[in-house]
Amino acid sequence: MKLNGSEIFIESLKREGVKTIFALPGGVVLKIFDMLHQQKDLEVILTRHEQGAGHMAEGYAKATGKAGVALVTSGPGMTNVITALADAYMDSVPLVCFSGQVPTSLIGNDAFQEADNIGLSRPCTKYNFLVKDVNDLAMTIKEAFYIATTGRPGPVLVDIPKDVSMAQAEFVYPNSVSIRSYNPTYEGNKWQIKQAAEAIMKAKKPILYVGGGAVFSGAAQELLELAELTQIPVDMTLMGLGIFPGEHPLSMGMLGMHGTYQANMAMHYSDLVIAIGARFDDRVTGKVAEFCPHAKIIHVDIDPTSIRKNIHVDIPIVGDCKTVLRELNQILRASVNGEQKELRKPWWDQIHEWQRNHPLTYQQDADGPIKPQHVVKRLYELTKDRDPIVSTDVGQHQMWAAQYFKLAKPNRWLTSGGLGTMGFGFPAAMGAQAAYRDRLVLCIAGDGSIQMNMQEMATAVVSKLPVKIIVLNNRFHGMVRQWQDLFYEGRYASSDLENTPDFVRLAEAYGAVGLRASKVGDLDGVLKEAIAVDKPVIVDVPTYRFENCYPMIPAGGCNHEMILEDPPELKKKQKQAGVGKVTPEDKDTVLTA
Amino acid sequence: MEHIIAVTVENKFGVLSRVAGLFSGRGFNIESLSVAPTLDPSMSQMIIVTSGDDRIIEQIVKQLNKLIDVIKVVDLNESEFVSRETALIKVHTKAEDRAEALRIADIFRANIIDSTPATYTIEVTGDPKKIEAIINLLQPLGIKELTRTGRVAVAREPIRASVVQPKKVARE
Repeated sequence: MKLNGSEIFIESLKREGVKTIFALPGGVVLKIFDMLHQQKDLEVILTRHEQGAGHMAEGYAKATGKAGVALVTSGPGMTNVITALADAYMDSVPLVCFSGQVPTSLIGNDAFQEADNIGLSRPCTKYNFLVKDVNDLAMTIKEAFYIATTGRPGPVLVDIPKDVSMAQAEFVYPNSVSIRSYNPTYEGNKWQIKQAAEAIMKAKKPILYVGGGAVFSGAAQELLELAELTQIPVDMTLMGLGIFPGEHPLSMGMLGMHGTYQANMAMHYSDLVIAIGARFDDRVTGKVAEFCPHAKIIHVDIDPTSIRKNIHVDIPIVGDCKTVLRELNQILRASVNGEQKELRKPWWDQIHEWQRNHPLTYQQDADGPIKPQHVVKRLYELTKDRDPIVSTDVGQHQMWAAQYFKLAKPNRWLTSGGLGTMGFGFPAAMGAQAAYRDRLVLCIAGDGSIQMNMQEMATAVVSKLPVKIIVLNNRFHGMVRQWQDLFYEGRYASSDLENTPDFVRLAEAYGAVGLRASKVGDLDGVLKEAIAVDKPVIVDVPTYRFENCYPMIPAGGCNHEMILEDPPELKKKQKQAGVGKVTPEDKDTVLTA
Repeated sequence: MEHIIAVTVENKFGVLSRVAGLFSGRGFNIESLSVAPTLDPSMSQMIIVTSGDDRIIEQIVKQLNKLIDVIKVVDLNESEFVSRETALIKVHTKAEDRAEALRIADIFRANIIDSTPATYTIEVTGDPKKIEAIINLLQPLGIKELTRTGRVAVAREPIRASVVQPKKVARE
């Protein structure tokens, strides 16, 4: 059967099980959109900016575990989606992005809306293709999905020139794909796994350090079994949140720069670190030279380049987390006995003491300004029974969400970890909502970052994606302000936003619902009201402007040297400046509400 | 420490920029690079001369392996290898220098591959030290142009006992 390139595109996506694509048209992809318009199997969500399309595809992928799909036009369409590709590359999100290209005869001629899409995307994709012949299109799409979703997942770009989208070819979709130079390793080395099991049996102070790799591998069940079997505490990275139940007694919560006290202390003083699908990022290791000084390190990762990149590893295991853990559990089931529990009792006593002495804490006065942590905590308590999907932007609010929103299951947590992309949260939440129309999807945002992709509210309203955005509004780039307070003597260079738009009226202007909680007492009611609405909602919560996020390990600092509260000189300074009381401007915001 | 890495890649457009982009993006050095098709025309062989400590070389090898178009990566420094480089050197030769230029070429077993009344073009092959040496000697005559290939290298074939000994089958 002969089809044109655009029909081949659609048929190929259907064969890959794609249901939804996030797209924005333009000159060179008009044929593809014309064909999309004439079919019903693929839902097209028209975004207002290509960055939004990219992040939506990411949110879709993180929530479903399947590849997200975006379609953009040439030139500016492509350059706009680059941020999302770079974000997906850093966080290993399976994504297939299709970009339009000028006709093959014009490539290289500086044609209208031409860009070197392959050159632009090369450093921020796992792989990219330029399709020069319509006869290669189906095979290329098959390979693109295969590369994006196997091994360490990542974004793949397929660049389709206009003439290729119009030319005819015989359509045969390949059943399988084999690339001679690409063969990811899934099975871990058996001898190494045995070594790891032996080390685990002997360890007195072991700790599990689990990252996003375990989430994509679907290793939650295996991890739970391993932790419960061996009674080893579990630290999660920002990307790993949800892979282990946050309320489980073995959960230490998040580790790293703003990780919990016990998570970081347990890491520092352990004698065996079992890293699973985590990459020893600088936000976790702090000062590399003093990272886990007493520990032997086991590292399970599907990507060999992650192993020994930053940190020396004693027992490297290249393989899929789920497969490796399954095998490891099998060995451990046969060997674990009561002795380990006895051996590790002092370790657990120490951990419990850390937990007791330094829990996550904040002070919420009944008549004082709303504390951002309190908002996240209440949101968590009010929604946890509904198993929500939670997205965040980047900054203080992200860290508070990571600390206080204790997810029970994986694929509920959408956040930008590696690249730290402000503006990620809202479109990512929409992508997840598009995949699961009936689920509750929350977006915890800051007033700075929500404005970076605000335009997508139009998409949310039109495409009926009832995402609930909770804006922790301190009229600052809060994390920047925090660093300025701690390391730049309180000079707020370009971090004070002074004024933010009236988010309630902004939501209404888009045809969404806007709500505001100005007092602590209003918070629960407003949050409940927001959750009950079947429309996109912005909940604006003016919060205490000068709240800082703790614990904090200063960049390049050591994991056991956390800052736990505002240093005395900062407290004194803020007191002198009258900070901490509700300022007249704060009152204004509250009153105009 | 200097390492020579042999990389077998798919022979398609854009592969060289993926490899070069990997080196520049991650801050690795390329001291020299040579690329040419292999016996199988669907593949190319790259010989990359780079340097770094063991950890960096390990990363370079792993990162190269991770590139989708890379088929095989061998760090030649892990065993014995031989390497050669070729240079083409165009020297000014005044009448009184021509004999000297020929003598130098002779010492280094180099060939004169082009000649004009005022220049010789000398082709020389060897390890980098030999190339440096002939350049130094020719410099006083005046080098007009110089082009070097970058190094190519291949692992030495290990001499196995079984190869040296006559086959048992033959004796029976």
